Amino acid sequence: MAMTSKDTFKKVGVIGTGSFGSTIANILAKNSHVIIYGRDADQIANMNSSRTHRGVKLHANIEPTNNLEYLANSCSTIFPIISSSGFRSVIKQLSPFLHPYHILIHGTKGLDISIPDNQKNNDTITRNEVKTMSEVITDETVVVRVGCLAGPNLAKELSDGQPGATVIASHFDEVRREGERLLRNDRFQVYGNEDLIGIELVGVLKNIIAIAAGALNGLGMGENARGLLVSRGMVEMIYLGKALGGNTQAFLGLAGIGDLVATCNSTLSRNFTVGHRLAKGETLNDITDSMDEIAEGVNTVRIVKKLADYYKVKAPITEILHKVLFEGFKAEEALQRLMRYPFNVDISFL
Amino acid sequence: MKKDENLNKNYEPILSKSKEWPVVQLSNNRKEFIEEVAKDSFKRIKVLRPNKTSIIEELETTLYREKQRIKRYPWKVDPKDDTEFWNKIKHRLVEISSANKTDSNDNEEKILFDIIHRYSAEIAGNFKPSRYRLTREIVKFGFSRLLNASRNNRFTAIFRNKYTLQDKIQIMGEVEQLRTLAKKGTIVLVPTHFSNLDSILIGWVIHSLGLPPFIYGAGLNLFNIKIIAYFMNSLGAYKVDRRKKNLLYIETLKTYSHLAIQRGAHSLFFPGGTRSRSGEIEKELKLGLLGSALEAQRVLYEKGNEDTKGKIYVVPVTLNYNFVLEAPLLINEHLKRKGQERYYVERDHFSSSYRIMKFLFKFFTKGSDISISIGKSMDVLGNYVDNNGVSLDSNNRHINTKDYFKFNGEITLDKQRENEYTRMLSKAIVNEYHTINRIFASHLVAFVAFQIMRSKFNNIDLYNFLRIPEEDLNIPYKEFRIKFDEIRQIVNKMDEEGKLKTAPHLYGELDDVIKMGLNNVGMYHDKRPLLKNKKEEIYTQSINTLYYYNNRLNGYDLERYF
Repeated sequence: MAMTSKDTFKKVGVIGTGSFGSTIANILAKNSHVIIYGRDADQIANMNSSRTHRGVKLHANIEPTNNLEYLANSCSTIFPIISSSGFRSVIKQLSPFLHPYHILIHGTKGLDISIPDNQKNNDTITRNEVKTMSEVITDETVVVRVGCLAGPNLAKELSDGQPGATVIASHFDEVRREGERLLRNDRFQVYGNEDLIGIELVGVLKNIIAIAAGALNGLGMGENARGLLVSRGMVEMIYLGKALGGNTQAFLGLAGIGDLVATCNSTLSRNFTVGHRLAKGETLNDITDSMDEIAEGVNTVRIVKKLADYYKVKAPITEILHKVLFEGFKAEEALQRLMRYPFNVDISFL
Repeated sequence: MKKDENLNKNYEPILSKSKEWPVVQLSNNRKEFIEEVAKDSFKRIKVLRPNKTSIIEELETTLYREKQRIKRYPWKVDPKDDTEFWNKIKHRLVEISSANKTDSNDNEEKILFDIIHRYSAEIAGNFKPSRYRLTREIVKFGFSRLLNASRNNRFTAIFRNKYTLQDKIQIMGEVEQLRTLAKKGTIVLVPTHFSNLDSILIGWVIHSLGLPPFIYGAGLNLFNIKIIAYFMNSLGAYKVDRRKKNLLYIETLKTYSHLAIQRGAHSLFFPGGTRSRSGEIEKELKLGLLGSALEAQRVLYEKGNEDTKGKIYVVPVTLNYNFVLEAPLLINEHLKRKGQERYYVERDHFSSSYRIMKFLFKFFTKGSDISISIGKSMDVLGNYVDNNGVSLDSNNRHINTKDYFKFNGEITLDKQRENEYTRMLSKAIVNEYHTINRIFASHLVAFVAFQIMRSKFNNIDLYNFLRIPEEDLNIPYKEFRIKFDEIRQIVNKMDEEGKLKTAPHLYGELDDVIKMGLNNVGMYHDKRPLLKNKKEEIYTQSINTLYYYNNRLNGYDLERYF
């Protein structure tokens, strides 16, 4: 049973010791005592003794742990920042220790897919089988006050102390307020948004365009091409987002345009890197093997391609990327195809 | 063949002495309660309208609207001094806004309080146990006399006792849980609403389950009719005046409901607001009154109640009929509303004692059975509870409902949070409605026939479709039979999977089931929604009414089989 004294709730939890998780832990530590959970006991022991992680110094207020129950009992607000592929299983492990008073704000820009056993042979998937991370949380736990982080948050820049900003989306005012109170400092700006699903989808879909941007860069294309991609990519994201239950507005803010511009121009982005190396002729397997963290966009392309087929949404960039990633298409060839695609109306979603 | 799970039997009252009924305690302290409602509403409105300017603005709006109401929609039941009261308010408003304030003690807060106090006295019910008992006997006596007369087709049978209401009305579902929890906490019963008969029916159900009377917000228009007014007052009804849509009235109404629940009075409201116009199960619920249950729960926790002590349980109920008397009127209103955006004034089709007697008589003489499904009890967040009242999550782990109201370790008041929670509760209720909704043969024939007809014209929109002459819509019986069998198997399978309930008679021999459906669907109406002719065709005399009955199966995604 959780303790109820007020002091214990000054602690904030972070789940996941990846680059973004530890960056967020460092930002949170400026305002609060932070407990960070990692699956790997050795790594936690190492963090405790060396007080550094991934080459970055751990803030004095950070307490690494290997015990989920301890974290859940000590913190009322928890930030799960885990890759989408491991998200559901970690939330399942956490679930027995959670209560309705907990607030969960996740920072994962990916989708969860769970296909019921009787549909395993079926190749089509619909929105019913695909969940955003907040939907995974409400599926698996009793927590209802859920939110997400999104926006241009390149972990490296943030840990270097460069200015940045994030969007906290939630249906609940108190979740947005609490997120802001915990995260905000003079180098980190926080905005609120009520459209939780919309903001989650923006973060997810953006990764597709980031891969494409990397590929263009790898092909040696210049700024005109990038401008073309970013704007057409935005249109594609909006159509997909609407089909999956988001609103157009979410795409026009910091988490949409803001994040898209940041990742499409940055070699720091893992998704961008995947695209870049593909264009240089490496295979997907080689690339993923050599990266220490997963590029969410790869999995996203796989899922979103099927959703676009099912809901009959025109998504030329996603489709062509799918060919490059999984069907052995050359990036060069893909670009030519895309240029021949009969686009005509510039803006048709407003 | 599925066995009939009809649970009908006589239930012992759970509280034998009427003194113990919360509703009696409430009415014994009526005056004090009105005072409390007024004070509490005053506080709430002061939060919403925090300064002098905004209060005066609100008062002026209220005054204007009330004057309009008195002029345009006067009712018999309105108090005699209505005009006088509002004229006085007008003068007082003029007084306080004129420059010289010092020579008057009056101010905007006093005016505000007087209005709220008047509203709260208007709303308050006037329950009397002796009258309740008398009314109950009259209803029981009258109903069984009518029933016996109608079933035997002979007038002398009116004095026989062969049939009781239990034969006609079946109550199924989570009855024992409801009775158990009614002893432990406070019940908020939330039934679907299809017919004006519902209020009377649900009153009878509550009584026959051995539960003490529930308080119930009844439309003030019903109090225009003397007989009904008498019944309603006896049944613990408080009055809801739908003409008054101003903030002061609505807040007072919510406070009334909230405080009554907080005091442990079992309550009943139709969360859909009004009768379903389209014939489908409510998809969107009115959040105001549901929110008052949630608020009452939070206040009880704030007062130090632990998890299940005096906990509030929300119990969805569906009322399942073969025919709804008002169906043709309701569906026409629905189509008008949806079809064109013009302003629609609600007429009262239910306004004389004669009409009501005629209605009741039809109800009993047309032998059409009714079933009531009691859903699983939930906490105010929509989590199911066990028989001890403990909330459970989807893995059957215990949840402390109190934790939903905590923030950083303490119970806090957050309106926006509670609005979100109310939305979640409303979703859970709608979901439960669909699960416990009982499908009769009559619903299924209407659905299958309408969908077959519709699929033959799926290139035109609904409104054009409904304008096609009825005689062009006939379906060969053979074709109908095949499709009906397919859909019947699907819904029976859904029943086994717990997605809905089907009546046992749906498992019978195919032609018998169809015949039963055709005989019962909307059987009262002058123009029958569905019949079979000599040419072995299924046909309709009123496509609109058929559409209405078809809608009962909306929300199960069954349309895709056509």
